[in-house]
This record gives sequence, C-alpha cells and structure tokens, in this order.
Amino acid sequence: MRLVILDNYDLASEWAAKYICNRIIQFKPGQDRYFTLGLPTGSTPLGCYKKLIEYHKNGDISFKYVKTFNMDEYVGLPRNHPESYHSYMWNNFFKHIDIDPNNAHILDGNAADLQAECDAFEKKIKEAGGIDLFVGGIGPDGHIAFNEPGSSLVSRTRLKTLAMDTILANAKYFDGDLSKVPTMALTVGVGTVMDAREVRINVL
Amino acid sequence: MRNGKGAAWAPVLQFTNCRILRGRRLLREDLWVRGGRILDPERLFFEERLVADEQRDCGGCILAPGFIDVQINGGFGVDFSQATADVGSGVALVARKILSHGVTSFCPTLVTSPPEVYHKVLPQIPVKSGGPHGAGILGVHLEGPFISREKRGAHPEAHLRSFEANAFHDVLATYGPLDNVRIVTLAPELDRSHEVIQALTARGICVSLGHSVADLQAAEEAVQSGATFITHLFNAMLPFHHRDPGIVGLLTSDRLPPGRHIFYGMISDGTHTNPAALRIAHRAHPQGLVLVTDAVPALGLGNGRHTLGQQEVEVNGLTAYVAGTKTLSGSIAPMDVCVRHFLQATGCSVEAALEAASLHPAQLLGLEKRKGTLDFGADADFVVLDDSLHVQATYISGELVWQAEEAKQ
Repeated sequence: MRLVILDNYDLASEWAAKYICNRIIQFKPGQDRYFTLGLPTGSTPLGCYKKLIEYHKNGDISFKYVKTFNMDEYVGLPRNHPESYHSYMWNNFFKHIDIDPNNAHILDGNAADLQAECDAFEKKIKEAGGIDLFVGGIGPDGHIAFNEPGSSLVSRTRLKTLAMDTILANAKYFDGDLSKVPTMALTVGVGTVMDAREVRINVL
Repeated sequence: MRNGKGAAWAPVLQFTNCRILRGRRLLREDLWVRGGRILDPERLFFEERLVADEQRDCGGCILAPGFIDVQINGGFGVDFSQATADVGSGVALVARKILSHGVTSFCPTLVTSPPEVYHKVLPQIPVKSGGPHGAGILGVHLEGPFISREKRGAHPEAHLRSFEANAFHDVLATYGPLDNVRIVTLAPELDRSHEVIQALTARGICVSLGHSVADLQAAEEAVQSGATFITHLFNAMLPFHHRDPGIVGLLTSDRLPPGRHIFYGMISDGTHTNPAALRIAHRAHPQGLVLVTDAVPALGLGNGRHTLGQQEVEVNGLTAYVAGTKTLSGSIAPMDVCVRHFLQATGCSVEAALEAASLHPAQLLGLEKRKGTLDFGADADFVVLDDSLHVQATYISGELVWQAEEAKQ
C-alpha cells in the first residue's frame, strides 16, 4: 500500500487523474486488449473526472479501448433522474469522452430481478478479465460504494438497504424530502473491489 | 422516414463546440439530432448504446431555436395579399429567402381584402413543413377585414367589414374555408365579436386584438372569450391612458382568466416602435413579447426605388418610404435585425431576445413541444448565430437549409 498526501483538492484530483491516465497509457490498450476501470461517483471524484476530460480534449488520452464498471446505483430511481448515478456519469464524464457506450457498465437499479442484475454485473467484470484499476472514495465512516461499516470483506455485488445516516445525508439532493430518497441500492461488494489488480482510494 | 418509424435507424448528428439555448439559458452543451428531431443523448448512450454517426464543429457559435414570424405580409417584391393565379410561387420565394434571416417557420399575413381575394388566395397557401425549399408555413394570419375604421392604418377602407346578425357565418362567407388559417386579427369592439372569438378559438385558431379602439374592459372581455394575442402593440390602437390604458393595459391586467397568458407582437425595427416604448412593454410583460417583422413586399429588395403593385417605394437601409415623401411604407427589417435591435434597445439577455423570436411565438400557437425549443423530441429547426447574433446557418429538421458565405469554407 502506498499513501500519497497532497495539500489540497485540486492537487489530489490532478494527481489521481494523472495516475489513471498513465496507467491506461502504459497498458497500451487496443482492439483485443481493453483496460478495465472501476469508477466511483459523488463529489470527491468530480475534480478527477474534470482533469481526465481535459486530458482527453487535449488529445493525451483515449477511452476507446477502456471498459468501465461503476460501483453502485440507487434502486427504483429513474435512470434519467438528475441524482441517479447514470446521470452523474453521463454529465460528468461519459458525454465528454470517446468511450463506446457498450463498454460503460452501470448497475440497473430498475431491473426486474435485482439479484440477477448483480450476478450479471459480476459476470461481466469476470468476462472483461477483472478490473485493472478500481478508483474509489471513502465516506466519513469508512464505507466504500454502498458497503456500510460492518459489510463482509468477501461480499459481492448485491442489494443493500442504505444506513439511516446515508438516507438523511442524501435528503438534500431530493428536495429535503425523506420520502423521495432511495432507501436501497445495488453495490459492488468489498470482495469485488479487492479482486481488482489495483485499488486507488481518494480520501478528502 | 423523417418522423416516422425509420427515425431509430436514421443517422445521429452531433453538433459540438456550441452553446445551445435550453431552459431559458445558454448551455455549453452539444445538440444531438436524429430523424429531424432533437435527441436525448443520455438515453441514446445508456439505452441504445449508440454514438453519433457524424459530428459537426460549430466553432463556438450559439444554437437557438429557429425564428418564427407570425406576421409577415410579403417580401422580395411578393405581396401575399395579391390575388394572382400563382400565389404559391410567391409564398415559396419568400419562404426560401427568409431562411437567411434565421426564420424556420412563419404565418403569411393577408391584410384587409375583398372576399374574392380570400377565396382565391387562402386555398393556395396550405400549411407546409419547412425544408431546403424554404421556411415552414404554420398557417395564414388574417389581419382584417373585421377591424376598426378609425384605426385601420394602411388597410383599404372600402373592404372593412363588421359582423352581421349571423356573425360567424359572415366570417366564413368572407374568408371561405378556414383550414389554412392560424391567426385572425380583429377589433373586439365590433358587435358580436365575442361569438366570433369563441367560434374561432374553438377551431384552434388564435384570435389577436388589433386595429382597434377597444378600451381595456372590452379587451379583457375578448380575452375572456378566448383571444390570446395583441397585434403590433401600440400601433393601430388607442394610446395608453392612465384611466383607461386600452388594449395596452392587457399586459398588466389582473382580470384575465386564471392560467391565461397574453402575448403581444412587437415590431422591433428601430423605426416603428420607439425604444422606450419597447422597453416599457418588455419590462411590464417580458414572457409575452413576440417579435414580428410585419414586413412588406419591399423587404429584401435593397436600396433604391421599387414599384410594388400600384405604389412606388423608396428603400433606404431599414426604412421604406412612399417614393418622394417621408411617409413610412411599412417595415422591412428582417427578423434577425429585429432580434439584434431588441437586444440592444432593451438591454435584455441574449436568451430573452432569442426566445422572443422563437419560444414565445411557438407558445402563442400552442406549438412549444415541437417548435421554438431545443428540448428533446422537438423538431430540429435551429439557427446558428455568432456572438453578435448574426445568422451563420439555418437548419430545418436537422438539415442545413442556408449558410452564410463566410461560413462556407
């Protein structure tokens, strides 16, 4: 494990983006060789996505041969709801880069069979050859994705009921109305993250 | 295939490097188009897993909904009110020429005419989609003949009419079938106007108040009967008076039916409306302001002396005079000039100026889901403008229909 401490958010974002960029370039992805990236949402990685978009616009990096897997998504929230992680990824990253939509994987929180959706997600990760680099953030209580404290360290992608703290904290994104806040989410497990060849965690 | 089942297989066009007018704001956002309609790219990405087939760099330009002119009497030497055997080709010429002004749809306007003119002309101006051949025709605007003698302006007195005992039948007898009609301007103080307003609005025809000496109460009653528009505010109506503000008072009336929104046309050519009057109207009721050209056949003819019908007209820049006099002979400012003048005269936002020529006329005609907006699902009728709002290109249904010479490289 390597710990890098940086003075402020911008420096940390830039460092993270450069790191991801370098990893992809060193990997030399191509038609038969995709780089597989695990991605987070939330406010922490926004600066990192901005930097990656900047590098892409400058022509420094292409995501044409990159596959992405997002960590989590709310259950029952319409895909086009501004707070859905689909919307987040589209607006903050995907629409600005050249990724093939077939390679951008996000859990479907509106699937008829949620467990089947989770199993299929694990299968897709496996078919992609596992995750080369999992980028994550860690919440104040140490949770990664929606794995609240106490989650099994060998857990896989599954349906989770959100902790009351999380629901309360989220209310501000849903007009302050608790009844509108999703109470469940699909999330990769701690085991899913730990299977990745490399994990990078940003803490602010 | 344009809007039909084939749309899902039509190529996806992505206009990049632009600012688009959406939700009252200019956004740094790409515009996606497929099958003539504006596409939701997020849905395309996540549901259809598709990307654009073609990208077009807009060079940082503004993309705004195409302009809609609901009052234009002619242009380029063509007078829509002339009952020739080939009205269609005259309308087609104007439709094609105004693409360069950013106009993507319009309402050809007929001034007060004898019944035989309506009977001859109206069937020759059907509602028609726009395209490379010209701006779309949304339906005809009939200005008169049921207007005030006192406020007739340039309308020929001999052909003015009032409503007879069987009012709506008289309207039908005058105009003939109303299939091609979208707007009727009338004076609400005429007897039996209310049953006419009700009958017209029941047929989905927009009723506009104008060329009238109506006081505010008569105007409010007309709105209660269904009228939604005011024809060229301030022109050809009683001047504003504080004890009876007349039709102008509708802008701030509190006696309109709940939820009813009144729109008003403004000729913002720098000549026909004093900038201070423009500002008064805009500040009182910004969301109702609809820019109209009210253009006459001299529009687009260029400087010099022209013979139009029986009249000699002298054009000098943006003004047309009856030749040899200082009498104004109607407006000849193209729509894009009106937008720029409106922006400069009122100090409003660029967004507000563009919406006054696009969203507001579309709302007036109840077309705001399809026209006057760049929301997903709307017709991809839009205009590409530089920062000073000069038209660089015009698109209808996602197809390039006009382009400025300097933008052609």
